[in-house]
Amino acid sequence: MSSPAGGPAETRWTARATELCGAALSGDRRSLAKLLTAVENRTPVAEAALRRLYPLSGRAHLVGITGPPGAGKSTLVAALVGELRSAGRTVAVVAVDPSSPITGGAILGDRVRMQAYAGDRDVFIRSMAARGHAGGLASTTGAACSVLDAVGFEIVMIETVGTGQSEVEVAAAADTTVVLEAPEMGDEVQAIKAGLLEVADLVVVNKGDRPGAQRTASQLRAMLAGRRGQPGPAVLITTAATGAGVPELLAAIDARRAQGALDDDGATRLARAEAEVRGALADRIGRSLEDAAMAVASEAAVRAVAAHEVDPYTAADELLAGLIGSGRKDSK
Amino acid sequence: MTDRPIKVLIAKPGLDGHDRGAKVLARGLRDEGFEVVYTGLRQTPEMVATAALQEDVDIVGLSILSGAHMTLVPRICQLLKAEGLSDVLVTAGGIIPDDDVPALKAAGVSAVFGPGTTIAEVATYFRANARPRE
Repeated sequence: MSSPAGGPAETRWTARATELCGAALSGDRRSLAKLLTAVENRTPVAEAALRRLYPLSGRAHLVGITGPPGAGKSTLVAALVGELRSAGRTVAVVAVDPSSPITGGAILGDRVRMQAYAGDRDVFIRSMAARGHAGGLASTTGAACSVLDAVGFEIVMIETVGTGQSEVEVAAAADTTVVLEAPEMGDEVQAIKAGLLEVADLVVVNKGDRPGAQRTASQLRAMLAGRRGQPGPAVLITTAATGAGVPELLAAIDARRAQGALDDDGATRLARAEAEVRGALADRIGRSLEDAAMAVASEAAVRAVAAHEVDPYTAADELLAGLIGSGRKDSK
Repeated sequence: MTDRPIKVLIAKPGLDGHDRGAKVLARGLRDEGFEVVYTGLRQTPEMVATAALQEDVDIVGLSILSGAHMTLVPRICQLLKAEGLSDVLVTAGGIIPDDDVPALKAAGVSAVFGPGTTIAEVATYFRANARPRE
C-alpha cells in the first residue's frame, strides 16, 4: 500500500485483479470467492477489481433481510433461496455475523440453515464477520454485493447481524429492506419507536405458526402507516421453517422492481451512491493523512489540539488545505 | 493485511449427531481470534467442499465421531483438490484410531487431533500451518 502509484506493486495488483475478475466473470466460483476475500480485507487488489466491476453492477436486486437475533432471518433467507431456485433464478447471499470486540474472532453460523444448495452453481453463499463495524453490516458488505451483482446474480440477499432498534445501515445498502419481527416481541409502542421499522420496505412477522402472529401483524399494520398520509410498508406473515407465506413474500419483493424502486436515479440508489462516494472519499482522506508528508503535519496538529493551543476545527481546516494543495501538485 | 483473522471452516460430515466438541472448538477458536464458519450437523462431503470454496477458508477442520472417517475424509480431500483448493489446510478431530492416521495423512490431512487436545494446541497449530495470506 506504501508503493508509489504506478510502481511495480501496483502493476502486480492490477494484474491479479484482472485475472480474478476475468475468471469470476466467466463463472469461476473460486476466483469469485478470492475476490470477496480481497474486498473484505480491503487489499489494493480489491480496489483495482472494483474499478473494473462497478460498471457491470447495478442489475441485481439487492434485498436486505434484517431483524432481531433469533427472528428467523437465516431460515427465511434459505426459504427464499429455495423459492428462487425452483423458479430457476440465480441468487447470492451475503450473511453478516458479529465479530468479537475482545479478540476479533467470530462465529459465522448462518450457513447452518442454508446448506441444501451444495453443488448448485447458481447459489453462492458467503459469510462475513462485521469486524468491528456497527450498523448491522461489515464496512465492506456493499462492495461485496457489487462484486456478486457484477458477476450476474439476479438477486443478492444481505442478511444483517441480529439487530436491535437502530442498525439501519442495510436500508442504504439494499434496494429493498425486509424487516423481520417475531410474534409477541413487543407492544404497539415498540412499533412506533423510531429506527429499524421506519426503514422497512416490507415487514414480515415470521414464526407465523406461533400464537400471537396475527395479532402482532395487525398491531404493526395499525401503527406503521406512513408519514403524511402515505401508505406504510406491507406487513406479511411467514413461517420460514415450513415455507408458508414465502411465495407471497417473494412476490412482494419482486413487485418493488416493477414499482421502479430499482431505478438508477431512484432515491435508494442515489443514497447508496452518495454513501459509497463519501465512504471512498473518507477512506482516501484518512490514507492521505498517513502519507509521509502529511503524517508530520497531522501529528503536529494532533499535539497542538491535545495541548489546547489549537481547536480541532482549525486543525482540520489546515490539514484539509494541505491535502488539497498536495493533490494539486500531484495532478499538476 | 497480514493481521486479518484466519478463516476456519468447522464441519461435521456424516451421520453422527454429536456436535458438542465441534461447537466447543468453534467457540474456543473464536476466542483465539479466528473467524469460524460453522455449518452444523450431517454435512455431505459436497457440502463441506462447497462451503470451503465459497467462504475461501484457510483451514477446514472436520469433526467425526461415527467411525466413518476412512470414507468421508479422503472423499472431502479429493473434492477440495478438484475445486482447486489444495492449499487449504485440512485437519480432523474426534474419535480417530491411531492406526488410521497414516492413511488419512496420505489422503491429504495435515493433522489429526484426538481427545484431550487443548484449544490452545489447535490454535497454535493453525497459526503455524495456515497458508500464507494473499
